[in-house]
Amino acid sequence: MASQNGQTEELDRVTIRFAGDSGDGMQLAGLQFTNTSAVFGNDVSTLPDFPAEIRAPAGSLPGVSSFQVSFSSYDIYTPGDAPDVLVAMNPAALKANLGDLPKGGTIIVNSDEFTEANLKKADYQESPLEDGSLAGYRLVRVPVTTLNASALKDSGLAGQQIDRSKNFFALGLMFWLYERPFEPTIGWIEDKFSKNPVVARANATTLKAGYYFGETAELFPVHYRVPRAHLAPGRYRNITGNEATALGFLTASKLAGKPLFYASYPITPASDILGELARFKNFGVKTLQAEDEIAAIGAAIGASFGGQLALTGTSGPGLALKSEGLGLAVMTELPLVVAHIQRSGPSTGMPTKTEQTDLLQVMFGRNGESPVAVVAPATPSECFEMAIEAFRIATKYMTPVVFLSDGYLGSGSEPWLIPSLDRLPKIEIKYAADPETFKPYARDPETLARPWAIPGTAGLEHRIGGLEKSDVVGNVSYDAENHWRMVQYRAEKIARIARDIPDVEVNGDQEGDLLVLGWGSTFGAILTAVQRARSAGLSVSSAHIRHLNPFPENLRDVLSRFRQVLIPELNLGQLRMLIRSRYLVDAQGLNRVTGRPFKTIEIETKIKELVGQEVRVG
Amino acid sequence: MTTIPLTRKDFVSDQEVRWCPGCGDYSILTQTQKLMPDLDIPRENIVFISGIGCSSRLPYYMNTYGFHTIHGRAPAIATGLKASRPELSVWVITGDGDGLSIGGNHLLHVMRRNVDLVIVLFNNRIYGLTKGQYSPTSELGKITKTSPLGTIDYPVNPLSFAIGAGATFIARSLDNDTKHLVDTLDRAAKHHGTSFVEVYQNCLVYNDQAFSGFADKSVRTDRTVQLEHGKPLIFGKEQDRAIKLNGTRPEVVDLRSGEDGDLLIHDERRDDPTMAFILAQMEHPEFPVPLGVFRAVERPTYEELMDRQVRDAITRQGDGSLEALFAEGDTWTVEG
Repeated sequence: MASQNGQTEELDRVTIRFAGDSGDGMQLAGLQFTNTSAVFGNDVSTLPDFPAEIRAPAGSLPGVSSFQVSFSSYDIYTPGDAPDVLVAMNPAALKANLGDLPKGGTIIVNSDEFTEANLKKADYQESPLEDGSLAGYRLVRVPVTTLNASALKDSGLAGQQIDRSKNFFALGLMFWLYERPFEPTIGWIEDKFSKNPVVARANATTLKAGYYFGETAELFPVHYRVPRAHLAPGRYRNITGNEATALGFLTASKLAGKPLFYASYPITPASDILGELARFKNFGVKTLQAEDEIAAIGAAIGASFGGQLALTGTSGPGLALKSEGLGLAVMTELPLVVAHIQRSGPSTGMPTKTEQTDLLQVMFGRNGESPVAVVAPATPSECFEMAIEAFRIATKYMTPVVFLSDGYLGSGSEPWLIPSLDRLPKIEIKYAADPETFKPYARDPETLARPWAIPGTAGLEHRIGGLEKSDVVGNVSYDAENHWRMVQYRAEKIARIARDIPDVEVNGDQEGDLLVLGWGSTFGAILTAVQRARSAGLSVSSAHIRHLNPFPENLRDVLSRFRQVLIPELNLGQLRMLIRSRYLVDAQGLNRVTGRPFKTIEIETKIKELVGQEVRVG
Repeated sequence: MTTIPLTRKDFVSDQEVRWCPGCGDYSILTQTQKLMPDLDIPRENIVFISGIGCSSRLPYYMNTYGFHTIHGRAPAIATGLKASRPELSVWVITGDGDGLSIGGNHLLHVMRRNVDLVIVLFNNRIYGLTKGQYSPTSELGKITKTSPLGTIDYPVNPLSFAIGAGATFIARSLDNDTKHLVDTLDRAAKHHGTSFVEVYQNCLVYNDQAFSGFADKSVRTDRTVQLEHGKPLIFGKEQDRAIKLNGTRPEVVDLRSGEDGDLLIHDERRDDPTMAFILAQMEHPEFPVPLGVFRAVERPTYEELMDRQVRDAITRQGDGSLEALFAEGDTWTVEG
């Protein structure tokens, strides 16, 4: 759309944070802005941040919900360290987010909500709009509540209902400010509220009202254009990590030609996966909402025994409850995938906040020597392929595999290059069938996998269980040497997966002063920090591990080619402990546990500290 | 497919049975093996799933598919198997500790969901495998290793629990009445939905004669009453006593005194579980202990409903297309 007034300025990247009360619809506004920007052709990256409480007291600081979206004309890997623009729908949203906004940044406030009562709820003595405390920022006051109400006075909705549409007014205004089309959101509204045309019409009306208000009000001397990014050719959609995870597991089932069975107990932030998979019944997917975490993994193990692609999912303390079930799957050598979407701990912790604090639990948190394979996606869209990879490994090696994601990956989103199905490799699965040769614990000489012999196969009747089994034959065994042999088989089987996974790639020079090594959702911040350090002339490279157990075979070699190794993690040094003990490398850590992802600058500063040169500012 | 007819021997595995000599578990194993050929189910379609405890060793001795799982979780594992493979005949073998203590939650939910399983709970009112601690069905005041001054836990009544959970088939039998046991298991196997069978089972070593006060052959006819659908609850060597209801309270009446007007007639098909609950509360020595089928009602099973949803979704939406799903919502194309 062409500009009707004022000037247009071109920017290559903008980061906006929508913030309001958790009932204000900020997640929705942020997501619509993201989708529209993605469809428009920008690269996008998002960081939703919301309280665990469904409705904390309205207007209070704990009730603030925010959604940060960064959109750009070039490839970006993070949602931005800090917003350029803060949209604050009430005083609490301003107070909770102002600290993240750099001086000179733009604040757009819903000035109607800065009432005495609301100021008090946010612990403001005086209105920040009046006391000069925002002098260092560009403050734009918009009476959103009033403007929304007047736009909808003939909508047929009551006052409170009208007020609920005000996020669309704010969204419309932001669409104008950044030259985004409102049509995709209108289409979404019509679809979403198809059963309630009055509400649909109201939302569309106020969205447009917000847009036209921007055009005519002359509050903004310029508006901005962020041109399309040069992404790889192909068809795209915007996708969250949890959506990609669900699609990946579903696709694995198609590639394997076996039904998917998902048993799970609702837990933030993994519940979305159950919700997604429950929609896919016409793909033959069966989902079971279990009575608890233990039953969920139990049902998945039962389904695996029956020959299904069996999956369970959890988060936080749910993994602790699944430990014994995981041990059973290790002992019975059944294929099983556990999707663990990490969140802040210990205990209940901060359910909606992200962390990488469960790596060692996943690796070692079971009784006995109980190895499992572990894969970890690095980006929201990569959740798709790593979900497929988890099932490939589980079924080929007859082992449980933990798919280790986190809340930031799960709820964050980015453009996803829609894959072409015929390019994805099939997952070959062969159940045992021959009664003449069948032995429950005979092993494939290459993979050490035992046969998958499923009930219903005549002549293969056999018994498995949690008691130690004799090699090959599979009867209960307390024999000392047999146990030692089986312990080694179980370890060796996981170790051999290393032959079957890609090498870890080094971004940047293949040797140098510093390697920044990461895993999981820190990918974007690490890559961006390393890119900046490299363009400042520092000898820094990065590598990101997707297979955490076993590690890629070339990792030892990669580590040996750098004078120093830095491992940034959202924990107290869990990968670092593994790397140091495995490779005797004196890796340094950058560790923060705040419930929030790393900022690029934090990693960049640490790089500078280690390689001893100035970081170029800007 | 295995060839039918099979015999009991076809269901005996090559594993040496390792229960204590004289354990009631032997009898339950034998009757289960005996019953199998009569069910006309191919052997490869039968799966025994157990938890932990003496009873839970049973799958190793059955020449079928078997899964000796972890403590208390057999109902969950069986639910996953049955839900994904409804054509299988799935049995859950559990005990009073496994099923009602550590696994109480799963037992509740498997019964309310009406998953088509046969659940056999061996109730010996003691922890045997761990050598004699009290269990959730141990009588109040029981002296064991871990309750030297007597237990202070009120016991749970397994059948009342099953009724509360909404089980559609509920029965009780005795390890030492083999005919009754095999008949009860047969009824359970043929029921469509969750079948819950409590078997009073004697633990010779840690809780001997726990049930002998009413289950021994010499006193059984006087101190137990057989439940038969459509018939009055008549018992006693001379078949001279019966049960009648006084409000919601059962009473023993002497038929010789001419009382036969409004005897309680057993109706196992009654949807309302109140009567079954009243019967489950009848305990020795105040009452004869009811044996047989307390409740047998029909309703759609969990796995049927799950399958129906999948079928309906396919009818309504067609076979799922990944391509269409991938491209859901807004998409855009970047030209090469």
